[in-house]
Amino acid sequence: MILRLAIASLLARALTVGMTILAIALSVALFLGVEKVRTGAKASFADTISGTDLIVGARSGSVQLLLYSVFRIGNATNNVTWESYLDIAARPDVDWIVPISLGDSHRQFRVMGTTQGFFEHYRYRQGRPLEMSDGVVMDDLFDTVIGADVAKTLGYSVGDPIIVAHGLASFTEHKDQPFRVSGILEKTGTPVDRTVIVSMQAIEAIHVDWQSGAQIPGQSTPVEAIRQMDLEPKAVTAALVGVKSPLQTFALQRAINEYPEEPLLAILPGVALQELWGIVGIAETALLAVSVMVVVTALIGMMATIFSSLNERRREMAIFRAMGARPEVILGLLVLEAVLMAAVGTLLGLALLYVGLTIAQPIVDAAFGLWVPIDTPSMREILTLLAVIGASALVSLVPALRAYRISLADGMMVRT
Amino acid sequence: MLLLGESGSGKSTLLSLICGTILPSAGQVHVAGTDIATLSGGKRDRFRAEQIGVIFQQFNLLPFGTVTDNILLPLRFAPERRKRAGDAKVTALALCTSLGLPDDVVSAKASSLSVGQQQRVAVARALIGQPPLIIADEPTSALDATSQTAFLELLFQQIADSASSLLMVSHDPRLGDRFDRVVRMEDIARIERAAA
Repeated sequence: MILRLAIASLLARALTVGMTILAIALSVALFLGVEKVRTGAKASFADTISGTDLIVGARSGSVQLLLYSVFRIGNATNNVTWESYLDIAARPDVDWIVPISLGDSHRQFRVMGTTQGFFEHYRYRQGRPLEMSDGVVMDDLFDTVIGADVAKTLGYSVGDPIIVAHGLASFTEHKDQPFRVSGILEKTGTPVDRTVIVSMQAIEAIHVDWQSGAQIPGQSTPVEAIRQMDLEPKAVTAALVGVKSPLQTFALQRAINEYPEEPLLAILPGVALQELWGIVGIAETALLAVSVMVVVTALIGMMATIFSSLNERRREMAIFRAMGARPEVILGLLVLEAVLMAAVGTLLGLALLYVGLTIAQPIVDAAFGLWVPIDTPSMREILTLLAVIGASALVSLVPALRAYRISLADGMMVRT
Repeated sequence: MLLLGESGSGKSTLLSLICGTILPSAGQVHVAGTDIATLSGGKRDRFRAEQIGVIFQQFNLLPFGTVTDNILLPLRFAPERRKRAGDAKVTALALCTSLGLPDDVVSAKASSLSVGQQQRVAVARALIGQPPLIIADEPTSALDATSQTAFLELLFQQIADSASSLLMVSHDPRLGDRFDRVVRMEDIARIERAAA
């Protein structure tokens, strides 16, 4: 009966109560949304590369190697010689090895030289392979496959010519050897989207007339002549390695790190990704803190609403008192109302979240390559919702205690 | 019993003392043989719920509750009154009928009733479970003259049926001849002053 009266009382004040519930719902939806995006971003980040056991590069730092080999951020301080690459490839525990050669660019996008193996072995988001949205994997020496962002930003389609620039922010172009777009990759949400992929031989080919980073003046080997040349690479920037058995990963890592001919570094992508997330993760914590503050604001708003309703409800409290209700009942009634509002608010917030996710999921995936999973609320989320309801009870104690004192002083007679 | 007094003469304070929502700074208040000042706060509230039915001047009802909710409210805090009321909903309906309220009114929202109807619902609420004492604080002041008379008729009839005592507060001396006892606030104040 008290519960029914509390609900009836809330319904009688539908407008203000509705606004309060809406504020709580929005804040809860925001909080859970941020939480979803946060975990989604973390998972997406960790999913940038999967299926690769080791990344090998010249000796530097593990985060740096990860940044330039996977995220195409920054530069390699050194290369790995082709001989070392062949040495590692020949080891019995190596299942497959894919070379990566970086250093050139096309407009704002990096150019990466690699082999067919990259398309076979590169995996993202729990083992998904790369797929072509249009065209085929490069076949000719001067063929290129471009990522989805490259195609979209520059408006390229299959068959378009591309001229690769030397270096990263350079006006010197490899004009003499234009490429042709042979294929465009599906959107992956990884740095592959922003990469122009050519063959290892192509990287060698465009540098035939170059020496120490500059074009040899007056020299221009015709394309036909280049095609006849032996284009074996002299060095690679990094290599992705898959081992035959996961048990061999650490042994191979040690062997590469102790490689006597050349200082090399092998990293476990998962570990390095976590190290990197540790740096990026500070922003994540800040985001979380902001959304917690939004929830707190909504709860304080509710407290203000209850406070402002107290005066007009003194008559109501006097009736309860005259009927023999103890002041504790008045206190309990107000806390009950707050808990009801918060419960409806959080449930509405949860509904809002799922509606929002359903609408936003494909958009966010297409725009940012961020996959936010839609699944049943996790234990952590349920606990969060319960905490919001608990906090509302706690917050409502402040106006409820005031009501307690008012009703104790007023008794049955309202003094106005 | 009728308690007569001008506004500001302390009638409401006296009612609050009898109901136990305020305590005397000196002396004792005996209600139905119990010195209520000696009871703890919670016991006093329970005592009030069990022993006293209250009718205010106006705004007697919780506007958002139904008529039934309002009538049954005191029983929520008074288990013994609830026992005496039997099937509370049937009793509430019977009270409404004998107070001349239409049957369909019980499920209506209290705020949708006229002032006269609200006052009759308040009477039903005070009477349910037959508390020994009914306290009415100028229950007719919000009604016009004709309704006043009709209302008092109903009130007296119901009080007689339930064998409760009525303590009514008013500033209107014309009501005096309908009561067994009439006490004036001035007389109480004079006794007080004489004792001091």
